[in-house]
Amino acid sequence: MQSRVFSWFWKGLLALTLAATAWGGAQAQDLKSFEQKITTKVLPNGLTVVICERPEAPVFSFSTFIDAGDVNDPAGDSGLAHMFEHLAFKGTSEIGTNNYEAEKAALAKVEAANNAYEAEYLKSVGRDEAKLADLKKAFKAAEADAHQYVVPNQFTDVAERNGATGVNAFTAMDETVYFWSMPQNRLELWAWLESGRLSDVVPREFYKERDVVMEERRMRTDSSPPGRLIEQFLATAYVAHNYGRSGIGWPSEVGQINATEAMDFHKKYYVGSNIVVSVVGDIKASEALPILERYFSKVPAGPKPADMTTVEPKQFAEKTVVIREATQPMFVEGYHRPDFRDPDEAVYDAISDILSNGRVSRLYRSLVRDQQIAVEVEGFSPFPGDKYPGLYCFFAIPAPQHTTADVATAIHTEIDKLRNADVTDDELAMFKTRTRADLLRGLADNQGLANQLAQYQSRYGDWRELFLQLDKVDKVTKADIRRVANKVFQPSNRTSAWIETVAPPKAANAQKDGGAQ
Amino acid sequence: MKSLSRCTLAPAALAFAALAVLVMPLAGQQAKPWESIPTPKLHDFKPQQPKRIQLKNGIILFLQEDHELPFVSGSILIPGGARDEDLAKTGLVELYGQAWRTSGTAKLNGDALDDLLEAKAAHIETEGGADSTSVGWDSLKGDADQVFGLALDLFLHPKFNPEKLQLAQQQLAAGIVRRNDDEGEIAQRESAKLVYGTNSPYTRQAELATISAVTIADLNAWHDRTIGGKLIVAVSGDFDPAAMEAKLRAAFEPLPTVKPAPARHDVFAGPKPGVSFINKEDVNQSHIEIVGLGTDRRNPDIPALAVMNEILGGGFASRLFQKVRTELGLAYAVGGGLGFAYDHPATFRVMAMTKSASTVDATKAALAEISGLTSRPFTEDELARAKDNILNSFLFRYDSREKVLSARVRLEYYGYPADYLETYKAGLEKVTVGDLNAVAKKYIHPDHLGVLVVGNGSEIKPGLDELKLGPVQNVDITIPQPGADGKKP
Repeated sequence: MQSRVFSWFWKGLLALTLAATAWGGAQAQDLKSFEQKITTKVLPNGLTVVICERPEAPVFSFSTFIDAGDVNDPAGDSGLAHMFEHLAFKGTSEIGTNNYEAEKAALAKVEAANNAYEAEYLKSVGRDEAKLADLKKAFKAAEADAHQYVVPNQFTDVAERNGATGVNAFTAMDETVYFWSMPQNRLELWAWLESGRLSDVVPREFYKERDVVMEERRMRTDSSPPGRLIEQFLATAYVAHNYGRSGIGWPSEVGQINATEAMDFHKKYYVGSNIVVSVVGDIKASEALPILERYFSKVPAGPKPADMTTVEPKQFAEKTVVIREATQPMFVEGYHRPDFRDPDEAVYDAISDILSNGRVSRLYRSLVRDQQIAVEVEGFSPFPGDKYPGLYCFFAIPAPQHTTADVATAIHTEIDKLRNADVTDDELAMFKTRTRADLLRGLADNQGLANQLAQYQSRYGDWRELFLQLDKVDKVTKADIRRVANKVFQPSNRTSAWIETVAPPKAANAQKDGGAQ
Repeated sequence: MKSLSRCTLAPAALAFAALAVLVMPLAGQQAKPWESIPTPKLHDFKPQQPKRIQLKNGIILFLQEDHELPFVSGSILIPGGARDEDLAKTGLVELYGQAWRTSGTAKLNGDALDDLLEAKAAHIETEGGADSTSVGWDSLKGDADQVFGLALDLFLHPKFNPEKLQLAQQQLAAGIVRRNDDEGEIAQRESAKLVYGTNSPYTRQAELATISAVTIADLNAWHDRTIGGKLIVAVSGDFDPAAMEAKLRAAFEPLPTVKPAPARHDVFAGPKPGVSFINKEDVNQSHIEIVGLGTDRRNPDIPALAVMNEILGGGFASRLFQKVRTELGLAYAVGGGLGFAYDHPATFRVMAMTKSASTVDATKAALAEISGLTSRPFTEDELARAKDNILNSFLFRYDSREKVLSARVRLEYYGYPADYLETYKAGLEKVTVGDLNAVAKKYIHPDHLGVLVVGNGSEIKPGLDELKLGPVQNVDITIPQPGADGKKP
């Protein structure tokens, strides 16, 4: 299910590193050499910049890492962090408008019209349908009025006309990340654009964009069998923590988010102390740092927002979810585990590597090659986030003629082996070797490196942790693996979810007369 | 898997060409502070070209030195792929690509090879593609000689193993029985069939019956047949060039003179105009594909078509994105353009995904943008914007030595000149508004497009007949069960 890139990226998040190794030629890529190439600075507003010189070609990539994601969505507003991410591409008071003063007034009217409409719409008793229709009309009129001041997509247009490539962003449970790559001579233009949208956001075309996000939800979740499965799985695995909430948002919540709420979210979480910006490529720190300081100092200062304090209660009851539908079977199960700061972090990585990295892995050899009951199977963690206690998950696609129960039994057999017997010396050594090599392989890519540096700087307060964690990887023992497996892989700590295939309902075969009505 | 917990601004799966924008008539009073930011001269850059060596037997070697990291990787590209396999054995090349590596050699079977390589964090993989197969390898520098030796042995002396063939058949079978679960997969597959036809070499699909017809003898025969083709061997990474060249010569010079690839005689009819529909009860969003026949890269109109694509459906500022996503809020995923492949016509393809109820609206909006290419003349602003987009990001086509190498291999494979990218870039620079209007007229035929909707029929209101494109054809995508007794293969 995951591409190589993702797998690498996520591993990188967890525990990769590099130290003085025995490999000839590797000395150019150790921590010491990176210390020569990397400059970091915390600006007076609290924002951290990380600059890494890698002059392989006249280009650079950046990664802006906001330490806030959908876990921070207020109650009743699931999907807000992601909604804001979309807003961050709509421009500022200086770009994306032909007359900001007039637009500002018009947007205030849009917001008022939306609030009036939604107040009526949400009345549980005595909703006046005629009034509602009028309010809707008034809202549409206000929206159309504001639209005359918009220069659509001007922010991204200026970026792309100047050679930006891979323009995108993502919102995860724990973070929101913005990124692209550009020719090296556009560094200052980028700094202007990026610092602008972090500090000066306008709720432009907000409600149209909300419709777009609803389409994104239909695509990712509602109309996708694995999307539906994972949403139900997480909602069941968590009873208290926001990791159990739909990241893109429950339809009734994301469908009602308003621009005021999005702007409040920005005000609280888009403060210097909550942001790391990393730049990697053909740039000199001595030239780039003054530019970054000048522009990114615009980002408002503010206290680092408090982390979420809800702690998921210890699970004591095994939980299962069954989706009966006309698609092929699929299986996932998860066990609660600690967050990324846990001293056993590297042990979880060792378990994933030994269980599911490549054709030598235990799950592949047992379930796919020998028993042939699955065509795909993997163990991975943490999911759906790392900042708070996540899950250690197993995902499998049964082979034809095999059931999810067959797959679950076989996975549990492999888990028991891990609990009851030591892994081999070869397996442990292989984990350590592959971890080092994978880290190294990732260093030759501006965007990948920028993402990792920003992420480590934000999570650990020091990008060096990317390299320093090798020590922890090297210290993992066979006993650690058994101990952790016994601690986590307990039936009472388990939530399983699967799709059970049933024939489609007969009535569903409509469309006899050719096409939808 | 983990990506399921993330939402992104733009769908990564949509790798469409490029973009450009509708200029808003209101220029107005607003200052444009970004225009006063200086753009210094770009640092000088000459991408390092790989060394090309043609052996006497016709095999081509490429060596690309790159000492940034202590790794060496390589690949052997072998002409001939799935489009050349027997219709009755569709799936053969994919099975071959899997079983080749998992079987291994007489000296070292695939499982033992896995153990040996993974302990070194090294890889050797084989692959069966649409028009070629390949062997690739990758390891730390210190293991490079050994890993190359193993890859070469696998390349020359595979020993196909019935158990591994059966395992590969099982993997493919799982894909076949699942192929109607994902809406997007159905839409892409079936819309390509509208363009090329059901049994075309570019669209025919493996079935449970065709994969179970494949035998070990078929795999051996395929191997014997393709290995004598014009191979392209490419190596990159941290090596000594003289030593590497000597090693490659020693390995590939003794091979027989290459045989030329047989000429192809494919027929490309293009879609029958009209609307096709596939019902899927478990979705609340329609996947719309509007398709026609594209062209190939040898076509001299390619630079103008690339600019046209940018304007139609490339990125954030494209006509499709501006209209269907930004202005109408009807889709998260929307885009498309006229495709060009290296050695055959690709497809013209525009897609959008929209909630069931707005299927007709979104389809109409997308069709209007397509027709607009011929009815709404291109402007100088659109041209300038599209050129900026393409040309200013052009260096990302060769900003790593690895990219330069794979581009050269691709050009070599399809018989294009080594300086193709430069020629292409020069062509892009010369495109005029007149060229755009001319290619739109020549290649965009709104009356010859096929429309395919995959969606939930009970929710699609108004219905597809509202498109007024003739009777809606229901497409049957039932997965054939092999044999009258319905036995699994």
